[in-house]
Amino acid sequence: MPDHPTGSDTLPLSLTVNGEARQLRVAPWTTLLDLLREDLGLIGTKKGCDHGQCGSCTVLLDGKRANACLVLAVVKEGSNVTTIEGLAGPGGALHPMQAAFVEHDAFQCGYCTPGQICSAVALVEEGRARTPDEIREHMSGNICRCGAYPNIVAAIEQVLAENAR
Amino acid sequence: MSPIPNAETHVGSPRSRVDGRAKVTGAARYSGEFTAPDLAHGYVVNSTVAKGRITRLDTAAALAAPGVLEVFTHENRPRTAWFSYNYQDEVGPPGSPFRPLYDDKVVYSGQPIALVVAETFEAARGAASLVRVSYEAEAHETDLKNRMDEAYEPPKKRTGISPPPKPRGDARGAYADAPVKVSGDYWAAYEHHNPMEPHATTVVWEGGGKLLVHDKNQGVLNAQSYIASVFGLGKGDVRVVTPFVGGGFGSGLRPQYQLFLAVMAALELRRSVRVVLTRDQMFTHVYRPNTFQTVRLGANPDGALRSIQQHAIAGTSQFEDHQEVVVNWAGTLYHCDNVELTYKLAKLDTYTPGDMRAPGAPLGLFATESAMDELACATGVDPVEIRLRNYTEKDENENKNFTSKELRACYQVGAERFGWSKRNPEPRSMREGRELIGWGMASGAWEAQMMKTSARATLTADGKLEVACATADIGTGTYTILTQIGADAFGLRMEDVTTKLGDTTLPYSPVQGGSWTAASAGTAVQLACEAVREKLFKHARKASGSPLADVKLDAVSFADGRIEVTADPSRFVRIADAMRAGGVDRLEAEETAKPSMIDQLRYTGYTHSAIFVEVRVDEELGAVRVTRVVDAVAAGKILNPKTARSQVVGGIVWGIGMALEEETMPDHNLGRFMNHNYAEYHVPVNADVQGIEVVFVDEHDTKVSPIGVKGLGEIGIVGTAAAIANAIHHATGKRVRDMPITIDKVLG
Ligand code: FES
Ligand code: FES
Repeated sequence: MPDHPTGSDTLPLSLTVNGEARQLRVAPWTTLLDLLREDLGLIGTKKGCDHGQCGSCTVLLDGKRANACLVLAVVKEGSNVTTIEGLAGPGGALHPMQAAFVEHDAFQCGYCTPGQICSAVALVEEGRARTPDEIREHMSGNICRCGAYPNIVAAIEQVLAENAR
Repeated sequence: MSPIPNAETHVGSPRSRVDGRAKVTGAARYSGEFTAPDLAHGYVVNSTVAKGRITRLDTAAALAAPGVLEVFTHENRPRTAWFSYNYQDEVGPPGSPFRPLYDDKVVYSGQPIALVVAETFEAARGAASLVRVSYEAEAHETDLKNRMDEAYEPPKKRTGISPPPKPRGDARGAYADAPVKVSGDYWAAYEHHNPMEPHATTVVWEGGGKLLVHDKNQGVLNAQSYIASVFGLGKGDVRVVTPFVGGGFGSGLRPQYQLFLAVMAALELRRSVRVVLTRDQMFTHVYRPNTFQTVRLGANPDGALRSIQQHAIAGTSQFEDHQEVVVNWAGTLYHCDNVELTYKLAKLDTYTPGDMRAPGAPLGLFATESAMDELACATGVDPVEIRLRNYTEKDENENKNFTSKELRACYQVGAERFGWSKRNPEPRSMREGRELIGWGMASGAWEAQMMKTSARATLTADGKLEVACATADIGTGTYTILTQIGADAFGLRMEDVTTKLGDTTLPYSPVQGGSWTAASAGTAVQLACEAVREKLFKHARKASGSPLADVKLDAVSFADGRIEVTADPSRFVRIADAMRAGGVDRLEAEETAKPSMIDQLRYTGYTHSAIFVEVRVDEELGAVRVTRVVDAVAAGKILNPKTARSQVVGGIVWGIGMALEEETMPDHNLGRFMNHNYAEYHVPVNADVQGIEVVFVDEHDTKVSPIGVKGLGEIGIVGTAAAIANAIHHATGKRVRDMPITIDKVLG
């Protein structure tokens, strides 16, 4: 059994988080999720399973959706991370996807919601979901135990329609 | 109670959640996300045997690991309450509650046996893997099948849970004589709640013996009294604050073990401590019990019921008799003179099961409503028609009238929206390509309850209102509906109203559960607002030259920051002026809502539903998809159609999970659940859920609660599994009585 880390076992890491350049030190086994939640206080990114099975921890990593619980932070040197806290515009104007989630009541308890929204933003970006069936398929990595799925699909459809205009 | 004459601007209209912004921006803080200076982190070690004794617990390596502060076990745990009754909570069933780290006995697999506390989460997690445990295992039993012979009627009834009614008529004789009979055995698997937010507690050590506790639960006051009683603290020293709950579904009704462990560690280390369970550990406490049932229905050739017999045996732990209402629903839903319903328990070496969304009802109705479908097939009577033929206007279990019952309208509206009249009753009569299509339906019912609840309303001179109640919003929309009620009472905009919940310093509320919160907290808020209105009105009349001096309260309305004569709005006093006249800058009232004893003696209240489902079954692969659902619900007054629909949709999604996917599988050799994660315990995902239509049928009810509300948290799930099973039968001709209905059972 290897010794456990002390402060000196940490490694340097530079990341851009929500547009801000951060110089950090992390233990090699710290996940991006724990780094965000515990060290940076960005608790909007949720931990539902810590095993890549639920999508609660979805963030945008260099523009693509990723389960932050499956990413060891140290290997992402130089990456750009956007969390739910980084989506709203200046002055707190909601991102269209956030606004659509509120309007369509696409959540209940709200715990899966940041992950759903990050996932949905990336999905729209990916450009591969046009029909409700495709949205359902490509959003199936994000579990919502409250069962808000039909409303999540409606919210995403609205954003797709707005973008098409 | 006098109705508020104000126009209902917000109540009854679709409104977006007032906590929506906090939830979509990541600002909403859940229990494991509060922080404190010097916060220590606890990680739980769980037992690996189901029954026996811990013979050795070696913590040396863990203690020596960097950053570790302490390892708590039964050997060094601080003194806590000795007696098991100190561990009792508001919701617990008869028995002696589980006491974490109490002694060397192991009573179920996964039992917490140590807590490692360290400076960081990673250090605690790493050190937890270094704790070495030896056991002296004893033979265990976790298989309900092997204990059914010893099943017993619970000698002590659980508070709030109606035992089966006394038998009426001669159900066995009538069954023997009935020209048409159906009978079957039904199984329901273990299920785990699996809220997205794992159970978590952050205890903030405030010094001077004071604790601020953020704990995932469905009732802060229940958690507070548990902590006070177990650790011998004054309630004044323990404040529990839980503004957001990432899903409960019943798993937060009773205090879970992370609460005990976090508080214990904080008290001992005199330091703030957080304990968060892992997803795996979410399978080491409460769950829905494994339940076996037998149903026998006897009927005339026209479908009229002559006999109902329904018998259930459910698993419970060795130490508590968890009870729920499983078999009573048939006797409430249908008219029948010969009815025998029984409910028994069998002791297993597991943790105590608990309430999980609509405890008992979807299990009982799965059996009842599947059997009714079978009866429809046997008699050739349409499934909707056979239910209408056995319709009852009286709750025959209790021999009482219903406060209201629009189930007939649910059947009619639901059938119409679904297009039920186009259904060919013949199984396997519809297909598209390789998919068989089936249409099934079922009835649903859930008790509409109201519980004693208090609320406070505070109006300030600037026309802002705060309403407050200790109850929780577990995703149900409580913040929003209470805001709507408060806003309408004073004719305010919703933005002018702040609702505070989930804090032990707020007025009394029971746990949030059983679908009673909207009726109870809603009424309490309305009463508190009325009391403030009266006070304000008195001041308004006193204002010098008041245009309201000779006017009565019921002749005025509150709107736009003023009190005006309803018939002549040009006569008014502004809220600020009324307060000035009374020499105050705020008015406050706290009121308590209670159910009417008289109405409770005379009537029973139920929410009803009729749910219609289309499934498509791949004939070769046996895969089942639910492609269309129409659920017609009669739930009294609907406060917010938007959040109400979401509640019902969520319940239906749960029903889909129950019918087709959810099953915690025990390995009986090990006495342990095997699939303790989201990859192997399947809950519905987005692709499993297609068109769901919810229709609220008009139902006016003045008896069920003063605001006419019945509650919606459970009604969505109750009939869903049965309707899906019936649709699968219609599609395939195969009757599966064993949930979940997985591919092997469809093909087998
Ligand atoms: S927490 Fe990362 S997928 Fe569940
Ligand atoms: S909103 Fe509760 S889990 Fe999705």
